[in-house]
Amino acid sequence: MSRTLELVCPAGTPSALTAAVEAGADAVYFGFRDRTNARNFPGLNFSAAEAAQAAALCRDRGVRPMIAINTFAAAGQEHIWRQAVDTAARVGVGAIIVADIGVAAYAARTYPDLRLHLSVQAAAANPEAVAYYARLFNVQRVVLPRVFTVDDIRMVTASQPGVEVEVFVLGGLCVMAEGRCTLSSYATGRSPNRDGVCSPAEDVRYEQEGDVLVSRLAGYTINRFGPGEDAGYPTLCKGRFEARGRASYLFEDPVSLDATALLPDLAAAGVTAIKVEGRQRGKAYVAAVVGNLRRAIDSLANGGPPGVAVSAAGFTEGGRTTEGAYKRGWR
Amino acid sequence: MTRDVRLTLGPLLYNWPAGQRLDFYRAIAADDTYDAVVLGEVVCAKRSPFVSDATLEAAQFLAQAGKEVVFSTLALPVTPRERAELADICGMAGDGVAVEANEAGALYLLDGRPHRVGPYFNIYNADTLRVLARRGATSVCLPWELEMSSVEAITGAGRDLGLTVEVPVFGSIPLAISARCAHARAHGLAKDGCQYVCGQDAEGMAVGTLDGQTFLRVNGTQTLSDAVLVLAEEIPALVAAGVSALRITPEGVDMVAVGRVYRDLLDGVVDGAMAEGTLRALLGDRRAANGYLHGAAGAGWERVNATA
Repeated sequence: MSRTLELVCPAGTPSALTAAVEAGADAVYFGFRDRTNARNFPGLNFSAAEAAQAAALCRDRGVRPMIAINTFAAAGQEHIWRQAVDTAARVGVGAIIVADIGVAAYAARTYPDLRLHLSVQAAAANPEAVAYYARLFNVQRVVLPRVFTVDDIRMVTASQPGVEVEVFVLGGLCVMAEGRCTLSSYATGRSPNRDGVCSPAEDVRYEQEGDVLVSRLAGYTINRFGPGEDAGYPTLCKGRFEARGRASYLFEDPVSLDATALLPDLAAAGVTAIKVEGRQRGKAYVAAVVGNLRRAIDSLANGGPPGVAVSAAGFTEGGRTTEGAYKRGWR
Repeated sequence: MTRDVRLTLGPLLYNWPAGQRLDFYRAIAADDTYDAVVLGEVVCAKRSPFVSDATLEAAQFLAQAGKEVVFSTLALPVTPRERAELADICGMAGDGVAVEANEAGALYLLDGRPHRVGPYFNIYNADTLRVLARRGATSVCLPWELEMSSVEAITGAGRDLGLTVEVPVFGSIPLAISARCAHARAHGLAKDGCQYVCGQDAEGMAVGTLDGQTFLRVNGTQTLSDAVLVLAEEIPALVAAGVSALRITPEGVDMVAVGRVYRDLLDGVVDGAMAEGTLRALLGDRRAANGYLHGAAGAGWERVNATA
């Protein structure tokens, strides 16, 4: 293989960021402690001062820091998102990751030298969409939505050679096109696009009914677990529902994405960087999966196999994984 | 209230056969309630070969009946076939044909030419509207998720930009679109080889919770709300905010009657409460929802006097 994949890793906290850097990340992405980022969870994310320290630590270690400002600015409150862009520019990051074209326009106009990446939340799902963001905002890299087969990715990289492509290989899997899903706000009033949260924890209830554990989101039953079943978090699209008189995981089984085995194919398709989802995960998880992916990438670069699937680290949802949309049968 | 506010019939989202579509649009053409009709497949390009002739025929007779005809684009074009369909539709724009872009790929293909932007593109703020206007958008339909203060702010900016703003007021709410087809999956099939099972459900496949609560509808690759968006008492506030068109999305009820309720409401023939009562009667046992505009859960029903 002629080129090495860049490993882009999540950090929800300064200690997770340190763990990612030490485990061999090439780049680390994080967000501010507000609704400007799509992991706006209690106890996560970075103040402006922590972001400055994190960026400095990354630069010292030769790691590229990236800040995700990837929710959609609320009308009348655009200043919150502009301030996030200002702060990111001030602390000196390698890139900001944006989704909203209003925010992208502000960043491109105000900081023309600040590298712009397009968030998966913008769901640029075809080469023309990629070209749109490159033309209007000089976006340098696009994080692809989880709708593409490996062949589809090749179609994007071949037709837009001036734009780098980053894809998710590990972590939580959105079934729906990202940034275009309001299932969460339909049920709870809060959504990824506006609030940076999906299926928010404060709306979650677990209730024991006899020997069945029921998970509910804002009063809607998302799943019922019998004795011995693993009770996962009630993310709406991962629930069990009834249709055609049958209960099933209608949208997606309780699985995590693990495309480690596809790394050679992704590299051959022209992918520049691979991304790990999981800013909500702890430093132990980050250290383990980043370390495994580092070894997989290095093994490939030396002509070897990608090695053991990262899911073997035992951190995945329900212990089961999928290669998701990268394989055509998923659709 | 005002005759200046236009009524737009949004695209038909369900997989109805060609004959049923033609009958539906003939009834729309024969009545002067709707000012504009948006046609075209938004959900799944696999349906297009079976219905595109009917769409073109409907476009012709709707235009002859004096309706403004708009062609919508796919919400999620990914594959080469879907991209080819997108390019075909965007290629028509400008020859007196209005095209509505539903994602950034369409915006790229329409860049610099007059076009509309549909409700599947994320418009949450006025900065976004400014970018769209600069690239040729003349009219936008806002997404369903916005609350009143956002609608007011964006509509105000639209007025300054000379851009008309439309708001969805009736119909199931599109909540998500996926590369995967949950409709096929419920039949034990994949999107490839789906056998067009979405055509079996005229208003989508009902999805309930395991406790028997109605919740969602699956329409091919799209997930819709089970509840039907009904904004009626809110219409005066939307008009006062400067909204220039109301979008009504087809359901399997008498859509001419639904349109007339809104026209009567705009004309001051009925008030919001009366309009709501008539719409609820037309919906039968379908639940109504208005939560999003009130800043609440989209599935909710908020009493308007409590928030006015």
